[in-house]
Amino acid sequence: MVSFKAIYIMWLRDMKKYLRARSRIIGSLIIPLLFLVFLGLGFNNMIGGVMPGIDYTNFLVPGIIGMSMIFSSMFAGISVLWDREFGFLKEIMVAPVDRVSIILGRIAGGATTAIIQGILVLVIAIAIGFITTSIFSVLLSILFMLFIAFTFIGFGLILASKIRDMQGFGMIMNMVIFPLFFLSGALFPIDGLPSWITAISYADPLTYGVDGLRGALIGASTFPLLIDIAVLIGFSIVMVALGSYLFDKSDAV
Amino acid sequence: MDSIVVEKLTKKFGDFTAVNGISFSVRSGELFGLLGPNGAGKTTTINMLSTLLEPTSGRGKVAGFDIHEKRDDVRKNIGIVFQEPALDGELTGRENLEFHAMMYGMDKKERRNKINEVLKIVELGDRADVVVNNYSGGMKRRLEIGRGLIHKPKVLFLDEPTLGLDAQTRRRIWEYIRKLRDFGVTIILTTHYMEEADSLCDRVAIIDRGKIVALDTPEKLKDMLGGDAISLEVGKRCSGFIKELEKQKWVKTVKKHDSTVTLTTETGEKKIPEIFRIAQKAKTEIESVKLHKPSLENVYLHFTGKTIREHELGQRDKNKAMMARRRRFHG
Repeated sequence: MVSFKAIYIMWLRDMKKYLRARSRIIGSLIIPLLFLVFLGLGFNNMIGGVMPGIDYTNFLVPGIIGMSMIFSSMFAGISVLWDREFGFLKEIMVAPVDRVSIILGRIAGGATTAIIQGILVLVIAIAIGFITTSIFSVLLSILFMLFIAFTFIGFGLILASKIRDMQGFGMIMNMVIFPLFFLSGALFPIDGLPSWITAISYADPLTYGVDGLRGALIGASTFPLLIDIAVLIGFSIVMVALGSYLFDKSDAV
Repeated sequence: MDSIVVEKLTKKFGDFTAVNGISFSVRSGELFGLLGPNGAGKTTTINMLSTLLEPTSGRGKVAGFDIHEKRDDVRKNIGIVFQEPALDGELTGRENLEFHAMMYGMDKKERRNKINEVLKIVELGDRADVVVNNYSGGMKRRLEIGRGLIHKPKVLFLDEPTLGLDAQTRRRIWEYIRKLRDFGVTIILTTHYMEEADSLCDRVAIIDRGKIVALDTPEKLKDMLGGDAISLEVGKRCSGFIKELEKQKWVKTVKKHDSTVTLTTETGEKKIPEIFRIAQKAKTEIESVKLHKPSLENVYLHFTGKTIREHELGQRDKNKAMMARRRRFHG
């Protein structure tokens, strides 16, 4: 039986920790900001427009939001590993709460922090004049952020059930997150790449996330937005289901 | 009423049998100790009884519920303090307790009252709003013991509650554990400290390589060794004294070594006046008296043939050898 109280307290715990770690919030905004400013200004003058009528800075903003989302979502999923390392997982596992509620609480917490992160990047981008957009566009982009978060939190849970130590975590960062980020078309349009790389890009969930964000925020996308959102929802369901299943099977001790 | 009933409980990890068909029962309100060296199977037993591990075979009932079939009911009725800290260091003490209370479905008013109550018991009221990462080891332990009580469990598991704490802190934790008994909660405690089992537990099971080798009250376990030893430093004329001692029914054995006479008996402290009377009659001068109460350490030695320290040194050597092998393998 799903316990809303348990979901809420799992979510609340994530919120408290997130808000308490101010330096972490600022730290996690610095990298996207550097990417945005240096890549944006640097390439803007060189390439001019990527798509007709769109500056590179415009093009880049949804990509960097996607980057920020994939990092914070994967982190949230993998944070099970931290709980295991510091023993808190046992406290969670021995409570009379079904594991579905635990997973849902963790996803709710992770998705909230990831979306806050994505919105902060968007706000910064608007503040430095890289992008102009409407309230409706922002709301639509939040919908995409939500499913990007679900997908990668699920993915993080899958990985967390397979790795046992912190070294494994570092490897995942380099071997999984970066390729997914580069393949997603966050920094450049994927249709200009060799066809075999484009083919791999189509298998990357973040591709549809970034494309959707781009469609929502600047009105230019490779796929129709409905396709983007449908594919993302599909990925979310598969990843969350598999992640929950593996978490349920994993030992608490 | 028995709070815990365990029948032939077994846990195997691959070829290794961590817990080998143990059976015991714990009465309601009892403070029951599992004593043994590291690796004897104490924590595995606790993990099975608290539903964190599935037993390979055998049965267990905790607070009246089967640990295999009624996991949720077991969980609602137990509290547990794990061997390693299981706190969220980035939350405050109070937030950790709040998290726990909500996981156990307590409503707001009940939570607030109970949290304040346990904070008082473990004397952390003034540090409750400090982040746990800034707590000392003893404070963390106390917080965890308090946390184990919040949802009014019927059974509380304490897995090595004083491991790694200094002697003074350990004694304080003992005081808290004794206080818990006033709440009528049944406590199972694992330890590899003899004094701890001796001073806290109503009954102790000595566990060695996954098996229970002895189970009784600390007093009775010690009595099994033949009771107390009294050593007497005596003057030269003592042969008559020894003969007279040997005639006494309450004396079990008498030995003489140089100028020391050692005799074994039960409740030695009560026999000392009598010994002096006999000595006076035999005109033997007693220069000093020493009374040795057998310790659980002796009991442990008796049943396993090794002291706990030796066990652990052996274990450490094994671990070292394993590490060395591993290094060679990878290097």
